[in-house]
Amino acid sequence: MSLSREQVEKVALLARLELSDAELSAMTTQLQAIVGYVDQLAELDTNGVEPMAHPHDFTNVFRPDRLEPSFARTAMLATAPHADEAFYLVPAVLGQ
Amino acid sequence: MSDAPYTIVIGLEVHVQLSTESKLFCGCSTRFGAAPNTQTCPVCAGFPGTLPVMNARAFELSLRTAAALNCRIAEFTKWDRKQYYYPDLPKGYQISQYDLPFSHDGWLEISDPKGAFAPKRVGIIRAHLEEDAGKSMHDEQAGQADSRIDLNRAGTPLLEIVSQPDLRSPAEAKAYLTELKLLLTYLGVSDCNMQEGSLRVDANINLHLPPPEGSSEHRIATPIVEIKNMNSFRAVERALAYEAERQYQVWQETGQRLGQVPKQTRGWDDVANVTRGQRHKEESSDYRYFPDPDLVPVTVTPERIEQVLAELGELPAALRTRLETTYGITPYDSDVLVNQGRALVEYFVTLAERTGDGKLTSNWIQQDVLRTINEQALTVETFPVGAEALAVLLKKVQAGDVDTSRARAVLADMLEHRRGAEESMQALGIARVDESELIAMCEELVAANPKTVADLKAGKMQAAGAFVGAAKKKNPNVNPARVREICLEIISRL
Amino acid sequence: MSLTDLTAAELLEMLGSKRATSVEVTQAFTDRIRRLDTGVGAFLRFDAAAALEQAERIDARRRRGEPLGGLAGLPVAVKDLLCSRGELTTCASKMLANFRAPYDSTVVAKLKAADAVLLGRTNLDEFAMGGSTENSAFQPTRNPWDLERAPGGSSGGAAACVAAQMAPLSIGSDTGGSIRQPAALCGVTGLKPTYGRVSRQGLVAFASSLDQIGPLAWTAEDTALLLSAIAGHDPRDATSVDVPVPDYRAALGTSLKGVTLGIAREHFAEGLDGEVERAVREAIRQFQSLGARVKEVSLPHGKYGIAAYYVVASSEASSNLARYDGVHYGHRADEQRIRAELAAKRKELVAAGHTAEAEQLESPLVMLYRRSRAEGFGPEVKRRVMLGTYALSAGYYDAYYVKALKARRLLRRDYDQAFAEVDLIVGPTTATAAFKLGEKTDDPLAMYLVDLYTVSANLAGIAAMSIPCGFTRTGLPIGLQLQAPPFAEDRLLAAAHQFQEYTDWHTQRPKL
Ligand SMILES: [Mg+2]
Ligand SMILES: [Zn+2]
Repeated sequence: MSLSREQVEKVALLARLELSDAELSAMTTQLQAIVGYVDQLAELDTNGVEPMAHPHDFTNVFRPDRLEPSFARTAMLATAPHADEAFYLVPAVLGQ
Repeated sequence: MSDAPYTIVIGLEVHVQLSTESKLFCGCSTRFGAAPNTQTCPVCAGFPGTLPVMNARAFELSLRTAAALNCRIAEFTKWDRKQYYYPDLPKGYQISQYDLPFSHDGWLEISDPKGAFAPKRVGIIRAHLEEDAGKSMHDEQAGQADSRIDLNRAGTPLLEIVSQPDLRSPAEAKAYLTELKLLLTYLGVSDCNMQEGSLRVDANINLHLPPPEGSSEHRIATPIVEIKNMNSFRAVERALAYEAERQYQVWQETGQRLGQVPKQTRGWDDVANVTRGQRHKEESSDYRYFPDPDLVPVTVTPERIEQVLAELGELPAALRTRLETTYGITPYDSDVLVNQGRALVEYFVTLAERTGDGKLTSNWIQQDVLRTINEQALTVETFPVGAEALAVLLKKVQAGDVDTSRARAVLADMLEHRRGAEESMQALGIARVDESELIAMCEELVAANPKTVADLKAGKMQAAGAFVGAAKKKNPNVNPARVREICLEIISRL
Repeated sequence: MSLTDLTAAELLEMLGSKRATSVEVTQAFTDRIRRLDTGVGAFLRFDAAAALEQAERIDARRRRGEPLGGLAGLPVAVKDLLCSRGELTTCASKMLANFRAPYDSTVVAKLKAADAVLLGRTNLDEFAMGGSTENSAFQPTRNPWDLERAPGGSSGGAAACVAAQMAPLSIGSDTGGSIRQPAALCGVTGLKPTYGRVSRQGLVAFASSLDQIGPLAWTAEDTALLLSAIAGHDPRDATSVDVPVPDYRAALGTSLKGVTLGIAREHFAEGLDGEVERAVREAIRQFQSLGARVKEVSLPHGKYGIAAYYVVASSEASSNLARYDGVHYGHRADEQRIRAELAAKRKELVAAGHTAEAEQLESPLVMLYRRSRAEGFGPEVKRRVMLGTYALSAGYYDAYYVKALKARRLLRRDYDQAFAEVDLIVGPTTATAAFKLGEKTDDPLAMYLVDLYTVSANLAGIAAMSIPCGFTRTGLPIGLQLQAPPFAEDRLLAAAHQFQEYTDWHTQRPKL
């Protein structure tokens, strides 16, 4: 499948990446080459083949419902680029 | 039923918080009300390198709920990532279930004891387990530039229950929610506290209209609108009623049909009593679901499903039927009792077993026990007069030892002084009056009141009240009905 | 002879018999790092003082006769992709340049529990995406055998620090060959365990269903030593497998007699360098002379490995890296500038009467996400995030993601069939020896193809390792890849050890 510049632009929004015009052009060319290579998968007959999302087939891994101490707020917020003493801060989620 | 020129079609999507100690994928507490960002860890805050491990109890509670909702339990289920960017979603995806939910195709029966609508089974499309997001707070009034993010809630286990669009009125929607909440409470899977966000409702609603004359169409459907932000069952009812009317008006103005406009999301404004369109950007959502490689699938054997079913216990619908058939009470009464929860039903059953009279028991519970509980903000568990203690009193009423109004006084005394029926009666001087004493008293009264006797002989039966009043003055313990009976008998022999 | 010339097993013996102290050993390695790493660039950070302090504590405990862990006093280098409490964990990304992990990865915790001396953090391709370590946001790493050449990647620092004798043991991670390929290009031994053998908890995820942490060292014996310390079930990793960990060192003595080696004809097809092929075939003859039988097998779906791998790995990566949005940790773009730019743009549009366009401008929040990620990620990470986002997006999911998962199943079946007939599969680790720095940086697809022989083991989830098996005429190391069924690491290590008992490729050292 060929990939247009407009598609790449849409994917960049989905992926939350800002790309300059030049980057968008280069990205389009490179992705076209990679997708062109990956397209060889289409020739494989995979009728009746189960997709393999995990390397092993085991199931049912659980942990008991047991409380563990949470981390100190100061320790958690210490990594945040922008926070006050109690919250992470971001530009208004609704605003302009 | 309704004379509106349209049929309302409603489907509900309910998220309930499961009653676990710890979150779905980490050991942080799920308790409500903690200071912001104090119940988080690298796992629920989505830190690099962290991995989710599923809470066994959350899955157990999910299975129990699905079984009670008559759902089919999948033998194989898996966990998927639903991907979108939002600052209260720290991993950039929500762990949820997409194409293979652990349960599907169930139903919940609803009815209205007052008969506002016919009993019906509301289909459940699916119930799946997922994690909650954190909370974003934005104070627009204060004109703040920043939103504040609290991740305490992030990773809390949620059960999402999606109904079929089987509901045909706001009242049915409310009944569905009430019954669902009751069921979840009976199951002990959630506290369903809407104020604390442990039960949240989104509604999808549109209208079906008759086709124009001569049209080959079966019906016309208006565009589906999703309503959010409803903070009580009453709000759901009102929002749906408002929205149905609004959609009808829009239909009359625009003639827009389902499929002609993109699905709209509207928020309910509980103060202004209107729904409002919510702002949205052009970008259409593409959640890019795919199986979470960090979590392995879960299988459920038929034996496990059987075990879950066996351990469900008696659920509200079955309980109502049992109370009606075993104790001869009306559907209205069984509904009131069962809706109060398992503890009250147990209270009723204990009491009714002792009195042998379901109707009397139900009346006392509804008029006296529940009233006191409500007035004094008690619960069945903290109500000071246990079922056995109340049974002692009711049996005395049944035996004619005390009349109903005096028995109420006895109950009040029992509540106030925390003592048994007999002690209270003694304290209030209530004792059975000996029959011969009573006959002697009545003979005296008849002899002393010729005028009343004459009135009675003339057929003025209400005159007997004078004897009762006089007798009670002499001895407050007399049984009024018996006084009346004896007096009339004496007069008839005169 | 210097302490840095010894293998980990030899050092451990000396420490145990008190012929050397951990401080002496650690000092020898940190001196060498100080002297040579400016030229090699294997370490992103190393803290000689902290390492020596830790060594001193272990020596003190040894003097007091206290019980010590299995790696007591041995220096270990750790790829900068594993979280270590309170320390920087950068993933060689600008995004996490200042990120201090608030917790220990399971492997780091196990190393601490084994009383290893944590030397420092090795360089890698950003978020482990690449095959040359040139995608590091901070520095390139040079191949100790030829400083003009790449060490391979993504665990290029991990392999180079062993090759340059700056650490006796080193922890890497392997998603599509990221331990084996640099091990081959740097002439050291490296093992990618079976998926689930080593806990991924605290390993910053690239592709969750493919990532495995593994050891690098000079010898199979040292590799066994380090694997024993880090392997095992972890209740904090739901994909880690609850299978007992055998005594890998005890298994080393198992003879090659009666072992059947599979030779996949697809491994010797077009593209394989002649010198590499000669060395690999010679190694196979060596195995035969030690009693192994050889049988031809076929891995017919191997040629789809790279395509399937880039779809699966990039899809998972696009999701795993969504968390880097500048809100809870990591790089965040300049908000004030974003607001100012948006306000100016809006003003301009409104002035021109384009109010509708002005309404559709992105919000500062979306801009903040996009720019933080654009600034924080390098080009290769962006490419993979884009590829993965595309492969998972509506309309392409079945054609790419699901199709790749089906190819993955077919690949696994190839292995299951092959391992029904043979004990191990032997072939080249890479098609060529180390390439020049910059040689492939302009051609992403050419760089992807360096993993041709290694990605299949990750897709199938099996165990695999690379051992030195020769040199090119120009003196560049050549790697031999051994692949084994799930959880047969002991079999891999025994075969490698037997080979190393009779060859000396693993004893060659670069001249630095
Ligand atoms: Mg949901
Ligand atoms: Zn947590």
